[in-house]
Amino acid sequence: MNIAVLSGKGGTGKTLVSVNLAAAAKESVYIDCDVEEPNGMLFFKPDQIIKEPVTVKIPEIDRKKCIGCRKCIDFCKFNALAYIRKNVLVFEELCHSCGGCIIACPQGAVNEKNKSIGEICSGISEHVKVFTGEMNIGETSGVPIIKKLLLTAGKQDTLYTFIDCPPGSACTTMESIKDADYCILVAESTLFGLHNFEMVYKLVKFFSKRCGVILNKCDENIINPVESFCKKENIEILGKIFYDRELATMNTAGLILSRTSEKYGSLFEQLLQTVVGKI
Amino acid sequence: MKQLLILSGKGGTGKTTVAGALIELSKAKALADCDVDAPNLHLITKMQGQFATTPFYGMDKASIDQKRCIKCGACVDNCRFTAISDDYVVDPYACEGCGVCQLVCKYAAVTLKPFIAGKLMLYKKNKLFSTAELKMGSGNSGLLVDSVKKQLIKNSTDEKFAIIDGSPGIGCPVIASLNGADMVLIVAEASVSGVNDMKRIIKTARRFQIEIAVCINKYDVNDVETKKIEKFCTKENLLLAGKIPFDKKIVEAVNKGVSIVNIGDSKAGAAIYDLFNNIKTFFAV
Ligand code: SF4
Ligand code: SF4
Ligand code: SF4
Ligand code: SF4
Repeated sequence: MNIAVLSGKGGTGKTLVSVNLAAAAKESVYIDCDVEEPNGMLFFKPDQIIKEPVTVKIPEIDRKKCIGCRKCIDFCKFNALAYIRKNVLVFEELCHSCGGCIIACPQGAVNEKNKSIGEICSGISEHVKVFTGEMNIGETSGVPIIKKLLLTAGKQDTLYTFIDCPPGSACTTMESIKDADYCILVAESTLFGLHNFEMVYKLVKFFSKRCGVILNKCDENIINPVESFCKKENIEILGKIFYDRELATMNTAGLILSRTSEKYGSLFEQLLQTVVGKI
Repeated sequence: MKQLLILSGKGGTGKTTVAGALIELSKAKALADCDVDAPNLHLITKMQGQFATTPFYGMDKASIDQKRCIKCGACVDNCRFTAISDDYVVDPYACEGCGVCQLVCKYAAVTLKPFIAGKLMLYKKNKLFSTAELKMGSGNSGLLVDSVKKQLIKNSTDEKFAIIDGSPGIGCPVIASLNGADMVLIVAEASVSGVNDMKRIIKTARRFQIEIAVCINKYDVNDVETKKIEKFCTKENLLLAGKIPFDKKIVEAVNKGVSIVNIGDSKAGAAIYDLFNNIKTFFAV
């Protein structure tokens, strides 16, 4: 089963939850879809790493064939082509690889070449198969990497797959939750947290996904606005993680709590049982 | 108008808290929230009065006229974003508006239609504040960020500098927010992930040749990682403008809807005051 872990914003503990649940599940697959800032690897430190480039198709103009009619330029909706000094230039970072310019060119002067935009990386950490994607700096969209990542990782046959989604509710997140059987929303216990949570909750509702919430960075002395909201809206609260120094120290040092601390080991074990019970 | 952009490799590092405090300390009159996926700045800046909204049109979306369509399949075969279903209906969430389907349809069954992808908001009373909200799942937030900045610049008169809360990540919205910025303040968290994220965002910002300053948030939670950031800054010749300690009062401030410097006796607030002094030259106009 595919379990997606989301949050309205980065830094709420999405990676903390997905990494530790995957580690608690022992035999599992972990997929880091936050290709702009992938951090899952830093925790799992996997062995047997295999890297594979991700490429997209970018047009290449054959100057000998081009007659300068500008049909390709007029067609391109993303302003990725320009006619400068009697040459058609391609601005690669603006190109969406739609392939339209090839069809638009009456001279057959447009070819395509592969351009690397990042890589996907897989490895093994104890019993967890770890997959992450990383977008090259300077690229604008990570969607093709996420697509390839989910396709590659989806071939594994394991009971549990945890998808660490990109933050927010943008196109990359939608791509990541498409095939999820269940969504875990991680929310921080502040007003900001609530505001961000509502946005991603809307997204999950829109895709009619079943979901539950893990409240992170809780503090017994502070009223948690997210908790009140969930109670009012009848959103299931799967568990709470309280802020403590021990957790912060281990987590900031890149340690997996489920594997290092008995206390957190059993907390995530329990969370996992709760989640599995819902599916 | 000079632009100070506040970024972090990832959300949740305290970017908006720092932005809110700097707005308070600098008495900034022009502000923008470029975190259009999850804007939060309005929650702590107590914006007053009415704001003007303008619809934001993203890329057009394709739409197929079923009366004209003869179901030849050319559009489906050529759409690289698999946005057209087997019964020739366009999924607006997958469609990127490239227009290829229109180009290949010999029966003129496809039109590209304007699509409202979000809304822009502008406050004008006492402070100029430009912000926006993206409709869920609309994509193309880079374009919206661009509009947020343009809206701010177009409406400014004698404001000398602007503080801009950027969006997390390194993708198109961030690149759009970097465009035109004079100084970037990167908020980095003292953790293994934080250091990794910081390096990626610095690489991205360097391509724009903007002045870069760094501040470490929650520096006292992990000394080892804090040292790494300090070393990195020295080695790369980056201004380390401040170190903010972990402070439970930040949650109190956020939940009260005020900036951390308005909460009495806060050590984080005091640290941001020092940070402000270190980059004051930016505001001295
Ligand atoms: S492939 Fe599409 S986006 Fe890229 S240059 Fe050609 S028309 Fe423009
Ligand atoms: S459409 Fe073909 S021939 Fe015309 S300008 Fe573009 S590449 Fe050249
Ligand atoms: S190309 Fe035109 S006619 Fe053919 S299936 Fe698509 S919309 Fe219908
Ligand atoms: S405009 Fe482009 S992305 Fe949208 S349906 Fe047509 S071919 Fe597909």
